[in-house]
Amino acid sequence: MFIAPLPDHRTIAGAEVEMMIKGTGQPLLFLHAGHGVEPTDPLIDHLAKSYQVIVPSHPGFGASARPEGVDTIDDLAYAYLDLLENLGLTDVVLVGVSFGAWLAAELAIKGSGRFAKVVLIDAVGCKFGDRETRDIADIYATTIEQIPDLFFADHDKAMAALGNLDFKAMSDASVMRFARNREALLLFGWSPTLYNPKLRRRLHRIKVPTLVLWGAQDKVVSPDYGRHYAAAIPGATFEVVEAAGHYGYLEQPEAFGAKIDAFLTA
Amino acid sequence: MEFWHFSEQSMHPAWDAIQGPTKVLVDNRHCDPQTAHELYNRYLDEWVIADQLGYNIFVNEHHASANCMSASCLLTLGILARQTKNARLLCLGVPVTNRTDPYRVAEELAMIDVISGGRLEIGLVKASPFELAMSNQSPARIMDRYWEAHDFIVKALTYDGGPFSWEGEFYNYRNVNVWPRPLQQPMPPMWITASGAGTGRKVAQLGYVCATFFNGAGTRPLFEAYKDEYRKTWKRPAPIDRFAYLAITCCGRNEKEVATRFAKMKPYLDVQPRTPKGWTNPPGYESAELNAGALRAGKTGRINFGLPENPSRQDMADGGILFSGTPDQMYDQITKFSDRAGGIGHLLMLAQAGYLAHEETVDSMTLFATEVAPRLREYAREKDMELTEAA
Repeated sequence: MFIAPLPDHRTIAGAEVEMMIKGTGQPLLFLHAGHGVEPTDPLIDHLAKSYQVIVPSHPGFGASARPEGVDTIDDLAYAYLDLLENLGLTDVVLVGVSFGAWLAAELAIKGSGRFAKVVLIDAVGCKFGDRETRDIADIYATTIEQIPDLFFADHDKAMAALGNLDFKAMSDASVMRFARNREALLLFGWSPTLYNPKLRRRLHRIKVPTLVLWGAQDKVVSPDYGRHYAAAIPGATFEVVEAAGHYGYLEQPEAFGAKIDAFLTA
Repeated sequence: MEFWHFSEQSMHPAWDAIQGPTKVLVDNRHCDPQTAHELYNRYLDEWVIADQLGYNIFVNEHHASANCMSASCLLTLGILARQTKNARLLCLGVPVTNRTDPYRVAEELAMIDVISGGRLEIGLVKASPFELAMSNQSPARIMDRYWEAHDFIVKALTYDGGPFSWEGEFYNYRNVNVWPRPLQQPMPPMWITASGAGTGRKVAQLGYVCATFFNGAGTRPLFEAYKDEYRKTWKRPAPIDRFAYLAITCCGRNEKEVATRFAKMKPYLDVQPRTPKGWTNPPGYESAELNAGALRAGKTGRINFGLPENPSRQDMADGGILFSGTPDQMYDQITKFSDRAGGIGHLLMLAQAGYLAHEETVDSMTLFATEVAPRLREYAREKDMELTEAA
């Protein structure tokens, strides 16, 4: 996972960005997690049965160029508003995971009127606790070898998703994707660590139905953090998926898919 | 050749008790303030003695470290500016990528230059990767930040007249007005550290001194790149005083004395790399291309002295890591290494490392200053003629 290229390209904010479009129907923008995305993502396949799923690799991630001057989460959000305008998309379902869910929240508060519903999965991006208690694990103080057990509930599923972290067996392009994803995740999330101090007080601006989904064994941001997130969005529902870590959508794609289906068809 | 006394001001009495990393995460109860008081004063005394022996002075800084208690190289230099008389005073360097306020850096540099009577030499460095944990400055785009800080400090130190404003990508100032200006006009000599050819070429374009640390066989390609670029930029060959090299140095009168001192200094090399694994190379600190290459090669971490397993004294000298011996042996080791590197004009000498005691340190320094330094100065004079006349 995270190491195969996306098949298509689009221009966002003047930069060539990798893209995948799967399925037909109502448009669904899928914003990937900080370690990247690849074509075989099982949750994307599930959603593509009912929606036209639009999956970019964020500017600076994977093989996507990072446009001059795009170096904050706010820049990324505006780049995506440009993309939606260029594609002429409205009534969009917005789904984000982890870093991508933070980006989704930043997009949804901007009042573009382009979104029908929002799904935030194990989101980061907000600060709820006191100044001496960390809400979000310091993922930047960790080694690559610590990624599986920090981001997943199940070590074997993690290693399978991460190509066993066997970089010698990967192609140069795949290892480069991995390195670029880590660098971009740091660029956009270094400090404050993976949050925008302003976002919590802006979440009330999300006016569309919102589902906040969480892995019960998330070690990056706890389910309690997810409850705070949902409580800050008017009318949002909060649900937990068992046997799932921060990247639980890769461990339990059917369970996440079923809860998203139920929310979107309600 | 110029000789620069250096010490990391280590808290070596705590090393034995420390399990795991000696930096970043190490419990500060291992640093007994009373012991620190005695050690700081001991190390400052050694720099004062270095001044009397004809050495120049070189200081550094690190943070949250049992290897180096100097939390500010400019604080150390501020003391030595007043307590020494003749030595050049080199900070190598100010980690400008860690500093949120380069204006303050420029002010402190100018103040040291003026107090010392124009003896300051300025090194601005990219911080070690693990220092970013404490400074909280981003590893991403670190070199973009470095060069803006560099450009700002150069302008702030050389600007004559009223205030100027700076509205950069990383730094913003409405009213820059450095008081006093440096005593050395237009500004003190500049140094930059480098290990690879790319940085070496940039340093050559600026004409600054190119310093490299424990670089061993990597030194010659670096200096060759510098020489090539220097000739293109300045239309003349680079003199030997553009090349500086850091190694550990240990001098004794006989084999027994050398062996005793070597054994006390060597633990530095075991303790120094004990960095928490998560902080050896945060994403962004090196380019994605370099990081991808390292992942493919199965390399983690950055510090590799490039020595064989269980290196001998000779291996250490050949590798340019630790020069140790009697005066004759040291002259031989250093000239051979300098020849292999293509000429060294400044020897940066980590002359206190590990458990080497004050009396031993001073004796080793004195022996070197009287028995080795004069001969190396003569060697470097000839080497410089070779470099500049062969052109």
